Amino acid sequence: MSTATRRPAPDSPMAKLGGPAKWFDDRIGLAGLAKKQIRKVFPDHWSFMLGEIALWSFVILLITGVFLSLWFKPSMSEIDYNGTYAQLRGIKMSEAYASTLDISFDVRGGLLLRQMHHWAANIFLAGMTIHMLRIFFTGAFRKPREINWLIGLGMLMLGIIEGFAGYSLPDDLLSGTGLRIADGLIRSIPVVGTYLEFFIFGGQFPGDDFIPRLYIVHVLLIPGLLLALISAHMLILVYQKHTHWAGPGRTNRNVVGYPMLPIYAAKSGGFFFIVFGITALMGALMQINPIWMYGPYDPSQVTAGSQPDWYMGWLEGALRIMPNWETHVAGFTISWNVFIPGLAVMGFLFTLLALYPFVERWITGDQREHHVLDRPRNQPTRLGFGVAGITGYGLLWAAGGNDILATHLHLSLEAITWFMRFAIFIGPVVAFIIARRWAIALQRHDRESVMHGYETGVIVRSPEGAYSEIHSPISSERAYILTAHERRPKHSLVSREDVSGVRARKQGKERLRSRLSDFWFGDEIPKPTVSELEAAHEHTHEESPVVGDGHHVGIETGGQTGGDPFELDESTT
Amino acid sequence: MSSDFADGRVARAGKDNPDDIPPGQLPAPILANEPIPDPGLPAHEPRPTDVDSKLEKRAERQVAAMFGAATVLTLGFCVAYFAIDPHALIFGYGALHVTLGLTLGLAFLLIGLGAIQWAKKLMADNEIVEYRHSTSSSKEDQEEALTAFFVGADESGFGRRKMIRNSMIAAMGVLGLPAIVVLRDLGPLPGDLPEVTVWRKGIRVVNDVAGTPIKPADVEIGQLVNAEPAVFFEQRLPSGKVIPPKFEGAALEDAKAKAPVILVRMPPADIHPLPSRRNWGVNGILCYSKICTHVGCPISLWEQQTHQLQCPCHQSTFDLAHNGRVVFGPAARSLPQLPIGVDSEGYLIAMSGFHEPVGPSFWERG
Ligand code: HEM
Ligand code: FES
Repeated sequence: MSTATRRPAPDSPMAKLGGPAKWFDDRIGLAGLAKKQIRKVFPDHWSFMLGEIALWSFVILLITGVFLSLWFKPSMSEIDYNGTYAQLRGIKMSEAYASTLDISFDVRGGLLLRQMHHWAANIFLAGMTIHMLRIFFTGAFRKPREINWLIGLGMLMLGIIEGFAGYSLPDDLLSGTGLRIADGLIRSIPVVGTYLEFFIFGGQFPGDDFIPRLYIVHVLLIPGLLLALISAHMLILVYQKHTHWAGPGRTNRNVVGYPMLPIYAAKSGGFFFIVFGITALMGALMQINPIWMYGPYDPSQVTAGSQPDWYMGWLEGALRIMPNWETHVAGFTISWNVFIPGLAVMGFLFTLLALYPFVERWITGDQREHHVLDRPRNQPTRLGFGVAGITGYGLLWAAGGNDILATHLHLSLEAITWFMRFAIFIGPVVAFIIARRWAIALQRHDRESVMHGYETGVIVRSPEGAYSEIHSPISSERAYILTAHERRPKHSLVSREDVSGVRARKQGKERLRSRLSDFWFGDEIPKPTVSELEAAHEHTHEESPVVGDGHHVGIETGGQTGGDPFELDESTT
Repeated sequence: MSSDFADGRVARAGKDNPDDIPPGQLPAPILANEPIPDPGLPAHEPRPTDVDSKLEKRAERQVAAMFGAATVLTLGFCVAYFAIDPHALIFGYGALHVTLGLTLGLAFLLIGLGAIQWAKKLMADNEIVEYRHSTSSSKEDQEEALTAFFVGADESGFGRRKMIRNSMIAAMGVLGLPAIVVLRDLGPLPGDLPEVTVWRKGIRVVNDVAGTPIKPADVEIGQLVNAEPAVFFEQRLPSGKVIPPKFEGAALEDAKAKAPVILVRMPPADIHPLPSRRNWGVNGILCYSKICTHVGCPISLWEQQTHQLQCPCHQSTFDLAHNGRVVFGPAARSLPQLPIGVDSEGYLIAMSGFHEPVGPSFWERG
């Protein structure tokens, strides 16, 4: 009797999955939420794993961070150390530093956790940065994905601040020096600098309020914000569906890939374990931030040749190569030498990045939705900007090690600094020009392959005695990939239909846009037209006896593109 | 008929697409009229494990072995935690640390590799297609939402009752103020703190480690001595009286962030003092702030031949024979100099405080 009443109601199919499934469905309509997602399609490509690296290392940071916070004491109160590490016994230090020593030497597995946490932080930021570059070069930031681009930038910025906050917590000599530099940067803010400094540090630098405050920023405030942003990032991703690369059967109206269950869940879930495993191995074998070697923070001491974590290097470089400009007006001082490299450069770069999708869209006049990624070469101007940005970043980063460069290259520090001061402006321009040209050359190469096939490297001698290289046709799939990108509209001046008398300003703006747009698409190699193709192929057949091996037998499924009636054109702006 | 492509297909006649689109018109729908037609999704090709049951079995065993090894490693982690002496070393590494890291790392790695191997070799690997829908909502949805919104807005009277609306906006607006106001007690106002140090006339310049007073003869030509004000240490007066350090804890740290100095001695003929600084040194010994005027690192690298002092942080370089002026780097200000003399017992003392604020510039500094 009693068994009969305990059996799940027979009319609930969810009960087949087990009691809990029905229990949740009865309460939150689980099946309705899950039915579309279980087999959701995720396209497969190595470059789509970069974001996952960032995501999974964030999860590792959460896990290792929670463990660290069980032992770490965020306090600047002074104590005499008498723990395991003999060299520092009897020395006065803050509790924060002492507890970090304890984590490293007395908590079993503590050093592993610390090193994993620190490596994961570096991987997290590297993952986000490279992921962002992937998004940039492939145009994945275009409509409708601008919001996720902005969220991503927000996370990158928060990540940089979070990492800096993190390695400032142990209150060792190296991180204390970093904080002192941060204090100098805050001071340099015009008008409110000293006030901010005193509010942030609870008085003069270093005081004894700062580490506890920084701690709560590090373990609660920024992780909380990051978590919220990551959730939004993922939800938007799920709603908009992933982009994919152009390929046979892959169009702007569909998404082709593996289902969430089982393939994607196994691969991506497995990938978490791999990232975790590699982080643990790094934590085991590669030393990072050995704070016991630096000693406790003492404002009158400094470590020579100190280097920050890699993601701070470019700001360090900017600080180093900035000329020593300072202005004095009406009894006040503006420290351009500190304010510009320390704060304005970062603001400038992130503003540029945030505006980029909107600027590109304005110049190209492209109002369409894009779900197929660009091959970077098909956007030479964008590629140029990206490479210019990487070059500038790289130069700043190298400038952050100008003393190391000087010793290794046997050059004077002055020479390197002066070189960098100019290179930071010239380098990106040169990089832009080269990258753009290079992309156009690659486009030309693509066109050649489509029209005449690829170069086999086989030289034949004709009966007349002329030598020529055999070109072998590429597969139609390859040819499709090489020609599937969109054509670009060329803008004329203000549209002539606009009869209602365009105001001069608007006209000026349109003219500017038209010029920029001409530059943007200038020198683009047009795709071959069908007649060009036919002509070229006839020519190839005459010349080359080689016929394709036909190993790729595709099936004619042209219907893939035509099935869905909605239009991804200007009507959906 | 001969084929155009390696797989035997022929370029199909489509419409040649003009590269120029008439002015005022936006681009044509994407991927239409391409020179190469979409060949469609390639046929699914079976993997070796799909057709050869021996290979399938082998892959199955591989995956299970990885998961099994991971279990063993994880248990090994737990055993090692208790079994290995935390202070034992192997190859200079902590034995426990390395064992824990390797067992944990390899366990995770094997689980990950196992899952991926499973997905690649054994799970059905058919690619599937999902159609996209326009990201914007349908016209009907938009209409419906708009109607609902206007009904709601209308029922609230938000648009009509301007007095209520405006007063509510004002009430909400000022709510931000308390959040800012309570931040006031984050710290004291700067006052003149950024401009002063603990240096006063008569304070001895003492060795920074032991706090021992320094006689001019203790400083050799070419030498650099790190020093601090005597008030940071216990002082023994000539009378035999012992004065405890004047600062401790955070107050000491704050004072130490500004007061450290360096003593350097060079041949007096090399020194080119400003007229006002002729008597600021003692027998070629000069005293400068150790805090960089760039962003405040303590400066440490002394090049005795050139009398230049370089900051390790961003390499600002100061010429101490020329009143501490900047010769290179991002710092804009000379290193502040402290006038020194000797007291009745012959020890170096400050003749006054610094004549200008030490450390990085700030707005009010002038
Ligand atoms: C995006 C997230 C995070 C980043 C980039 C990050 C980065 C860092 C870094 C670089 C350190 C210095 C480690 C070292 O000593 O070498 C650190 C320390 C620390 N982090 Fe995080 N962290 C993050 C999230 C978290 C979270 C979520 C928590 C806790 C809930 C946490 C807790 C701690 C603690 C307690 C320390 C000080 C202990 C120590 O330094 O050994 N972190 N963090
Ligand atoms: S702090 Fe000395 S050069 Fe920057």
